This record gives sequence, C-alpha cells and structure tokens, in this order.
Amino acid sequence: MRKVVITGLGAVTPLGGDLNSSWKNLISGKSGASTITKFDPTGYPCTIACEVPLGDGLSAHDGSFNANDWISLKDQKKVDTFILYGIAAAEMALKDSGWKPQTDEDSFRAGVGVGSGIGGLASIEKTALLLNEKGPRRVSPFFIPGALINLAAGQISIKNNLKGPNLAAVTACASGSHSIGEGAQMIKNNKADLMLVGGAEAAICPIGMAGFSASRALSTNFNEMPEKASRPYDKDRDGFVMGEGAGFLVLEELDHALSRNARIYGELKGYGVSGDAFHITSPSEDGDGAYRSILMAINDASISKEEINYVNAHGTSTPLGDEIELRAVERAFDSAVDGLAMSSTKSSTGHLLGAAGAIEAVFSVMALNENIIPPTINLDNPSVETKIDLVPNIAKEKEIKSVLSNSFGFGGTNASLIFSHYYN
Amino acid sequence: MSDTLEKVQAIVVEHLGVEADKVTASASFIEDLGADSLDTVELVMAFEEEFGIEIPDDAAETILSVGDAINFIDSAKS
Repeated sequence: MRKVVITGLGAVTPLGGDLNSSWKNLISGKSGASTITKFDPTGYPCTIACEVPLGDGLSAHDGSFNANDWISLKDQKKVDTFILYGIAAAEMALKDSGWKPQTDEDSFRAGVGVGSGIGGLASIEKTALLLNEKGPRRVSPFFIPGALINLAAGQISIKNNLKGPNLAAVTACASGSHSIGEGAQMIKNNKADLMLVGGAEAAICPIGMAGFSASRALSTNFNEMPEKASRPYDKDRDGFVMGEGAGFLVLEELDHALSRNARIYGELKGYGVSGDAFHITSPSEDGDGAYRSILMAINDASISKEEINYVNAHGTSTPLGDEIELRAVERAFDSAVDGLAMSSTKSSTGHLLGAAGAIEAVFSVMALNENIIPPTINLDNPSVETKIDLVPNIAKEKEIKSVLSNSFGFGGTNASLIFSHYYN
Repeated sequence: MSDTLEKVQAIVVEHLGVEADKVTASASFIEDLGADSLDTVELVMAFEEEFGIEIPDDAAETILSVGDAINFIDSAKS
C-alpha cells in the first residue's frame, strides 16, 4: 500500500509573508488583524480583516510579502491576487522539498491541486465596474484566466513544469483540506508520485466584505479593537475575521521520498470526508457531519484515538460553529479526550476561507515537528466547559504524537486530515 | 510621428516587460518581444485607450509589429 509523506511546506499568511515568520508569530500569540487597508471600509458593518503584510519582502528580512520576489511585474497584472499568493507559497514549498522535475517522466508523475473558496472575486468586482463604465471592449483578455479558481493550479503547473494531475477543489472553507486529501488520493492510487497541494484566497475586497457581513458571518463588535475580534470559544465571539494568503504542502509517495533522501516532516495518515445535508451556511446542530468526518479520518489512519493528542480546530469564532465542533470532537474521542489539546489558529490568522485548511495543515505539521501547540488567543472567558485543553492564549510545549486538522465549509462540506510522525 | 512611437513604446514596455531599446519600429510583438495571443489583444486595447481610436478585430489581426501599430494609429488619427 502506497504511503503519503510530507516533504515540503510553504505559506503566505497575515502573520508573515513566509512560513518561518508566520509560525514564529503564531506561537508568540500574535494577531494578524487590523483595520482594512486595501480599501476604505467606512460604512461597512465589519471594517477589519487579517491582511498579508506587504513590504519589501525577502530582501527586507522582516516577514513582509512582496510579489516581485515571486512573479514578474508584467505577469502580476494577469492574475488575481489569490493566484499570486498561491504561486509564491507553492514555490516556497517546492523549494523546501529540494525536488524539481529533471526528466519528462518526473514531470508526468508530479501534479498540482490548489483550492480556493471564491477565487478571483476582487478581479470580478473590478471588471464588473469597468464593464459597466466602459463597455465590453475594455475587458482585459486576461480577466477570465486570471480569475478562474483552477488557474492557481494552472499557473503553478506551468511555472514548475508539473504535468501530472491538475486539480482544484472548491468546497468553500474546506477547499484547502480537500485539496490535500484528494492530492494524497492521487498518490495512493498511483496516479502521481508527488503532488504540490494547497489553497489560496484573497477575498478582502468591498463585495467580499459586504457579502459575508450580509450573511451575518463576520464579527462586527470589535471594529475598534481588531486584534480582539477573532476569539474562538470565548463568550464574546460574534463572527469570524476574514483572512487571506496561501498554504502549500509537497506530498510525496514514501519510497520516492526515501530514494532521494528527502527530509520527511511526517505522514498524511488519515483523510475523512462527509456532508451535513442540513443548511447552506450553518453546521448541523448535532455536529453529525463533523463527527463522521473525524471518525472516518481516524479509521483511515488505523491509529487509536489516544494516538492523537492535538486537534487543530476549524474554530472560526462564530457563536454556533465553535461549540458544535467541540462537541463533535468530544463525541468522536470519547474517553480519549483526556490529554487532548485543541486550539484554533484562526484566533491569530483569521479565516482564510479556501486557504484555511491548507495553512492549518502546514501549522499542524509544524506542531508535530516542533512539539509546540499554537494557542487559541483572545480566550478570556470560555463559553464552554470541556475536558479538552483549549490552549488559551499561550503556546504549549508538548510531545505531539499525531494531529487532527478539521475544516468545514458552507454547504455542509467537511474534511478531516490526520498527520503523524514517520518512523523509518 | 515620433510622439506616436514613444507612446507605443511605453505601452509595449509596460505590458510586455521588455527593455525600451528592444521596442524598435521593426520589432514584431510575438517573434521579437515575446508576446502571446492574449498579450497582443491587450496591446491593441491599450492603443485604443491611449489614442482614443477604435481598432476593429480584422484590422487588429494585421497589427503584428510596432511599425504596424504606428502606421495604423497615425492613419486613424489623420
């Protein structure tokens, strides 16, 4: 049976334009939230978001992101920002893995899978206004290919000469996790030996903020204190804070990785999926979909529940969702909840929508390797009573055996991933 | 006339990311300056916008070089 290991990681997040800065800030309990700078949010119900810090990028060594480090200026104009983040994070992951295709066969056996919840929304918004103002002949020929969700995978495959499976999971807030799970399936089913997988999102634009506020999904009570707004499990939580960025993993078939002496971060041991069939935006009250997705991942991993001692939660900071997931985890783990820690890194990064599952998978693998659990920040007064350690405010050093990462999307789509150590 | 050349050069440099000295009158967009089929569509749109003219699709298909663009623009303006 083919096994899937992780040999590369990359991320662009509101905590930093690269993985090292992001992880450092994450375990220091920093928040990536601020008043929106991308447009003037005056008059919007929610005026805050978690934006990727822009600056001079690599040359500045300050954790800022600069697109010029990753893609030429002329090519930047042809793609939506979510694709820029995706290209950058994918290249970071591939570089981290130390692999690139040398032969045609290498290229044929390596693929890409990149999810996004809403893709080129900002480009669509801008172009719709342009169309209205100047008519159809002023619409750029690059508008469609620059906004399509699968062009993130398309562009990454072109830049890195990857000719294997070319996919794009689109499952709202579970897109990143599904991209990773489905990428692993490609390897397990011998359709590829390597998959560069992840998620990318950049939906902090007027229509994105207006739309999610209208659905009552976003926090509106903390506009004056942005860094306090994302507070999963806290009694004052009132909705999520929109984030942006991208996360990527290099998934590789075990023997392929061993034969080139790759550095192995761990094994993707389990993948669970389910649907709620309940409501377009709310999870089912009994957490049934989450419960089944978690159990399927545990069964797939063929490990005991006690082997999992950290859960990186979906935990978006919504009044209903946080507790529903918590109860589903309690039910799934049963007596094994003793010794279980669960934190939501969305408390620091905000909700990256289609990229959330991907950066959270990256953070899960980092936790596994560093034996540090990132905190749930802003957890001043939990609204829940639980035996599970929610890791309030301060990161915890702990020997991590296996990690469960959950992502649940609008429409009731659920994904759970389990990462374990690989032992030779 | 040379004003047209300068403006066309600026547009080509911006959209194709090439050095200005490569953008000579005889330079072909695709063969010499690395444009693909979508790039040429965008260039024609940029010329329309800059010079306030309309370049119908069948005419656009004949604009293959910097010189072709200048000739079309100058005759459209006169």
